[in-house]
Amino acid sequence: MLKFIIRRLLLLIPILLGLSFLLFFWVRALPGGPATALLGERATPERVAQVNALYGFDKPVLEQYVKYLGRIARLEFGQSITLRKDVTDELFRRFPATIELAVAAMTFAICVGVPLGFAAAKRERSWVDNTAVIASLAGVSIPVFFLAQILKWIFALKLNWFPTIGRLQPTRELEHVTNFNIIDSVIAMDMGALGDTLKHLVLPGIALGTIPLAIIARITRASVLEVLNEDYVRTARAKGMSRSVIDRRHVLRNALLPIVTVVGLQTGLLLSGAVLTETVFAWGGIGQLISGAVLDKDYPIIQGGVLFLAVVFVLVNLTVDVLYAVIDPRIRVH
Amino acid sequence: MATVQEHLQSLMGNRVVETSGSSLTRETWNRLRHNRIALVGLGVIVFFVLIAIFAPWLAPHDPRATTWFDQIRPSSVPGPSREHLLGLDESGRDMLSRILYGARASLIIGIVSLGIGASIGAAFGLLAGAFGGWVDSVIMRITDVMLAVPGLLLALSIAAVLGQSQVAVMVAVAVPNIPLFARLLRSSMLAERQKDYVNAATSVGLGRRPLVMSHIVPNSLGPMIVQGTLALATAVIDAAALSFLGLGSADPGVPEWGRMLANAQRYLNVAPHLSIIPGVVIFITVLGFNLFGEALREALDPKLRR
Repeated sequence: MLKFIIRRLLLLIPILLGLSFLLFFWVRALPGGPATALLGERATPERVAQVNALYGFDKPVLEQYVKYLGRIARLEFGQSITLRKDVTDELFRRFPATIELAVAAMTFAICVGVPLGFAAAKRERSWVDNTAVIASLAGVSIPVFFLAQILKWIFALKLNWFPTIGRLQPTRELEHVTNFNIIDSVIAMDMGALGDTLKHLVLPGIALGTIPLAIIARITRASVLEVLNEDYVRTARAKGMSRSVIDRRHVLRNALLPIVTVVGLQTGLLLSGAVLTETVFAWGGIGQLISGAVLDKDYPIIQGGVLFLAVVFVLVNLTVDVLYAVIDPRIRVH
Repeated sequence: MATVQEHLQSLMGNRVVETSGSSLTRETWNRLRHNRIALVGLGVIVFFVLIAIFAPWLAPHDPRATTWFDQIRPSSVPGPSREHLLGLDESGRDMLSRILYGARASLIIGIVSLGIGASIGAAFGLLAGAFGGWVDSVIMRITDVMLAVPGLLLALSIAAVLGQSQVAVMVAVAVPNIPLFARLLRSSMLAERQKDYVNAATSVGLGRRPLVMSHIVPNSLGPMIVQGTLALATAVIDAAALSFLGLGSADPGVPEWGRMLANAQRYLNVAPHLSIIPGVVIFITVLGFNLFGEALREALDPKLRR
């Protein structure tokens, strides 16, 4: 098992190197030259010269790349042009907000998607099945930024059930220890803040979770259908095993692998979708930071944010691979 | 013996494959014709293509004219009426005309970006699948890296470099498609290679180039076509998303569905039609491509045939 994990970790190296290469060229392609782009248009010539010397933008390309590699390995992305803050600090400060939202969305997607797909497969070609199939096609077709607005309009503005924006009522005081509002409110033993946090999570969570939900439901349905036709399920039935035990022990367990894969892959979409969802709900996570940076041409933030999220995505996929090996011992051999 | 070989070679020649290809096409079309979902999807696609083409004749007003600006208040934007079937937008322009013209931007950006992404991707996939070895390894490692960045984020960072324009959006939406199509063509070529007809063709002495170009590639195209239809759906959404984030055309007068949704946010409480109309239109277009793509997948995949 350990050997498997180490081998997977080694595979990360070429990907991370490739990513750094991609970003290096991205920085060099920035309009107005790298130094000007990273400092903002109003930078003085002295500052530009200073940054050129510091980052070595006047040196040969290979030397520049090596220097660049060293900088991003130390997570130095420089200062944000508009916020005047260190990009790395800002990313880490906002990251908990994005994780909280992503976890809420995934929880919603899995808790609804898996049972929905399972029910559809068990009653193939019934109205449950048809509804699930159509709903999942509709779910992948709806733009996140539209769904987010509609949810906000109906449930926040019209019905007033949920707050419109943010993670917490501005009037509420909460000591930020971890920046995860759920954890912070538990530490503070503040049940009011916990409830408030959860309430703020509902609409963005549903908006962001709908696409993964649709895809998870589809995969679950297909995967369960396949397993239901296996010989061992028929054998289990023939020997008089109860339905619920068959479902739990044989069907769900064997159908799990494709579902886990999809959950991992969907995390990437979730990180992309967070940019849109966080913008609509003024969430204050990395997504909103990036979308604001795009408008302001705040390249240091875009650079740091994209690399940050890409690394998170790669790590999530690594975790999924390892999870695989836990679920299905056959994979460890390959 | 020579005549047998000639006969076999003529059997493996272009003509035979072409006829079998066209019968596969006919078979697929027959299956699609009886599939209600496919027809609905196709209908939606045709509908939007027609709208995009005939927008100048269909639009009742100039989509850029802010003629009715005096009717706009911060607290109210006129909704659908007899004069303006879909109401006005926040700058006093006719919503219906903007939606019709917006179909143009959406479909053109979607189709062009998919075309660029799919053809570059297919070229790489073809190289990898045909040559194998180190060519394959290098190309696959490059796709690994590109796939490590979630699609929309990759598009976003490219568009951020290229600046505000519809061409930038096309390029940005195209690039994340490259690794997808490269991998798809490569893997379906590898799958085709295992089949008996490849052995047969090699044993009668068919060279690598004709084997790849006139046998393996045509037989590997099915998944590419399905992926193309589904990727078009994603391209339309991603283009709208970039425009929503402010990366579309630099001219705010140009009608784009994504930007309409972005502008609508401030009026959500007083004029929800500003966001519902473009949102529903994007949804239906994308659903059309997804429905048709799914039906096509079913029709082309013998395992899914019912």
